[in-house]
Amino acid sequence: MSQADLSIHGQVSRTSATEIMTAPAFSVPAKKMAMWLFIIADSATFAGCLFAYGFTRNATPNWPRPFHGITNVAVMTLVLLTSSLTMLIGVRSAENGDKSKAFRWTMITAACGIMFAALHLREWMGMIGEGVTLFHNPWGTPLFGSLFFSITGLHLLHVTGGVVALIAVGLRYQGGRYNADDLEITGLYWHFVDLVWMFVVPFVYLMNLAH
Amino acid sequence: MGKDLIVYFCLLALAGIQFFIAYQDISATQMFERMLCVAIIEAGLALLFFMHLSENRGLRWFVVIFTVAVIFGLQYGWTDSFRLSNGVPWAQ
Repeated sequence: MSQADLSIHGQVSRTSATEIMTAPAFSVPAKKMAMWLFIIADSATFAGCLFAYGFTRNATPNWPRPFHGITNVAVMTLVLLTSSLTMLIGVRSAENGDKSKAFRWTMITAACGIMFAALHLREWMGMIGEGVTLFHNPWGTPLFGSLFFSITGLHLLHVTGGVVALIAVGLRYQGGRYNADDLEITGLYWHFVDLVWMFVVPFVYLMNLAH
Repeated sequence: MGKDLIVYFCLLALAGIQFFIAYQDISATQMFERMLCVAIIEAGLALLFFMHLSENRGLRWFVVIFTVAVIFGLQYGWTDSFRLSNGVPWAQ
């Protein structure tokens, strides 16, 4: 039973069962598939956090709407979206074999990530300065502070991890230890971080704008 | 590169629409629905073009089916949330 008849594009060929079992799923290399599985699992984590937020916001009367300006969060969004584009340029350069360009754009992406994290911390400092902490909120329910810092903190943790990964993978790619596939897999993670922000901004920031 | 730039500007425009919706004088439910629609379109664009899911049909369905199943599974919580806001004695 180690041989099997396979019909591929009308042609019958004999292929070993081992080859069938070890063929990459969806023709995706194992490393890349592992990243996709992580992304699916992580999207469930963020979805759970955002649902917990939605549940609490819906069930809590007098939910505070403390945000007066959108400038900071708009700049953060612009920086993160732009970093996705720079990452894409880096990956395309790597695929074309332009190593120095790929490294340069990967580092630009990491710099965008650092800028995003700095703006995020600035936002946090402003909130803490107004008296909002994990367990305290001067405008009402302390759950606001808990959820705000938990969700944005989890995202910031992902951004920080992404920046570290970009720098590490970029340097190893430059040194010849990693290849374009590794850069692409790191890029997948970075795009995912960007994708999550597209849901965090409207629900955590924009729906809590003071009118 | 041209297609990537177009997707990037589309994402910027969609993010701008979300900021515009935030200043509309509409109910929280309407705002949530509109923002969710825009966010899903944004996520779809990012998945298809930035993360190259458009190039692999099998993987695309694998990712979409698993992710959507989990997200739909979480929906059961809303009923209890509405019970807390409308059905309990101290509800407003």
